[in-house]
Amino acid sequence: MENFFARYKNPLVLMAVLFIQVVALATQVKRQEDGKGAGGGTRLIRVWTVTAFTPVEKMFVSTGRFFRDSWHNYVDLRNVRKQNRELQDQISRLQMEQARDKQDADQAKRLQVLLDFKEKFVAKTVAAQVIATSGTEQSRVMTIDKGSNYHIKPDMAVITPDGIVGKVKEVFPLSSQVLLINDRDSGAGVILESTRLQGIVKGTSTGELQVTDVMSDEKVEAGEHVITSGGDRIFPKGLSVGTVISASPDRDNDPFLNIRIKPAADLSRLEEVLIVTIMTEAAPSTGTTSLRAADILSERLPSIPKQDPNAPKTPGAAATATPGAGSNQPGSSRPKTPAGTTPDQKKEGSGATAAVKTPPTGNATTNPSAPAAKPLAGPSANGTTSDAKPAGATAAPGANGTMPSSPATTARQPVNAGQPVSGGTNTSTASATPTPKPKATPAKPKVPAGTAGSSGTPDSNRQPAKLPAPTPTATPENPPR
Amino acid sequence: MNASVSLTSREEIEVHRFSWPASIGIPLIAVFLQVYLRIGLLTVLDLPLLVTIFFAVARRRPVPGLITGAIIGTLQDAWTGHPIGLFGIAKTIVGYLGSSLGVKLDVDNPGSRFLMTFAFVLIHRFIYMAINLLLVGGSESWNWAHTMISALANGLAAVVLFLFLDKLKQRN
Repeated sequence: MENFFARYKNPLVLMAVLFIQVVALATQVKRQEDGKGAGGGTRLIRVWTVTAFTPVEKMFVSTGRFFRDSWHNYVDLRNVRKQNRELQDQISRLQMEQARDKQDADQAKRLQVLLDFKEKFVAKTVAAQVIATSGTEQSRVMTIDKGSNYHIKPDMAVITPDGIVGKVKEVFPLSSQVLLINDRDSGAGVILESTRLQGIVKGTSTGELQVTDVMSDEKVEAGEHVITSGGDRIFPKGLSVGTVISASPDRDNDPFLNIRIKPAADLSRLEEVLIVTIMTEAAPSTGTTSLRAADILSERLPSIPKQDPNAPKTPGAAATATPGAGSNQPGSSRPKTPAGTTPDQKKEGSGATAAVKTPPTGNATTNPSAPAAKPLAGPSANGTTSDAKPAGATAAPGANGTMPSSPATTARQPVNAGQPVSGGTNTSTASATPTPKPKATPAKPKVPAGTAGSSGTPDSNRQPAKLPAPTPTATPENPPR
Repeated sequence: MNASVSLTSREEIEVHRFSWPASIGIPLIAVFLQVYLRIGLLTVLDLPLLVTIFFAVARRRPVPGLITGAIIGTLQDAWTGHPIGLFGIAKTIVGYLGSSLGVKLDVDNPGSRFLMTFAFVLIHRFIYMAINLLLVGGSESWNWAHTMISALANGLAAVVLFLFLDKLKQRN
């Protein structure tokens, strides 16, 4: 028996172990079938096993989670840093784009103002960008990005909506040099808006604007607006030049005043400008609107040669256009000739000047194109029409009580009807010359008092021999540029 | 694969011993990893079975082998929802067979280890299914593909694992 167990020890142990396990298994299965769950022994095995392994497993799990979380945090941190860099780059890029957009918006606003001004302006202009300046105080020149390829030519006016800038000095194929008005070599004919005094604006060595050729006995006050006279044949008439800062006697040039001007355009911060390439093309002239007062009156005055033979005869329009000037003569179709008025009286706003500032309503209604011609409207040689403001079309015709005329002719020639009268003013003659000397060459009216007085009558058969001949600069054969 | 399985005389067989920490720690680690590393292809591996086979064939004594299998199987059963005894019985038999086979065959060769492990995985699976069907009344079906893949994977894993576990042997 002992040998039996010694010989079959291993199989017997195996069978014993298997028997125990099978019995335990059968017990568990039977308890499960009875609905009593696992027995206490088997449950104890589970509890011990799970309890023994759980701390180790927790330790491994927590350790693994620690390393896993650390790795993920590291990876996330790397991603966050990368994302942060990307976001900062994006912010920088957006800031640059915002700044660029702001510049574009500002430029768009400026160009819009420029476009509005250009649309109102009668002349043909070319917009240009300022791309460089001279860089020195001795030469106030800037370079623009338009040249001969854009039909830019020397001596063309360069303006902005605020006021005049200068004139084209040198022209290259792709660019041009502009001589600013505050350069010492620059000059332009100007008019003091309220007093109608004419002079020449020049630059100084310090870059200021100075109006010369105004007699020292004239009364000039600070703040007075200065506009172009058009007499220099470069700048269209009526453009803003600046405002008077101060006026004092010029010691170097004794009989004249030294009038300092603050330029209307900010010459130091120019970015976009307009070059006036054609000063007279934009004036609309269709149908009866092309009639000038001179043409109408010339028809009524047979001895005066017609300025525009093709102009239709619309005496009715002239009749309605002159109520202001001939208000003392109802039914008169001609402007009132202020006979007997002296040049001094006109300068002070009396006589014809008063008539000038009475815009005829009939003119405004019969000439719808008048606003378009306002910047160049009104003959510069005419003392009455020199009151024509660029912003008011009715002011120009109202000066003579006539219809507004095309800038092509009115800018450089006087209205015939008003010339005998305006010739008596100092300002009219001065403005008709490129370099006006208002007081030096006063134009005396050659119309006799009796003739002038008869101009107030509705007689249209006056003798033309008694009328003075137009000044050379005011003839239609001498168009601007 | 040419596995060299040669018969050896009883006198040439080395009986290996293991330290107590190794004898206790390795099965515990195997069970722990089995219940802890439930990811991917590791689910087809049966690390407690491999450890049971290794200790059985290394000791070449049936009783310690079957007891090692019974303990490891019972620990593994504790983590399952099954009644305790399914893995215990299966690994008890495998431990006994492994220790008995180790007495007769040279199981230090990688090829023989692979074939032995491959066969024991099939036997372990068969016993488990038989007990589950006959005693517990389970409804788990036999899946040949999964069983063969599991046997193949465990055979390959045994070749690698036994190389590391060989370093724990204490020669007499």
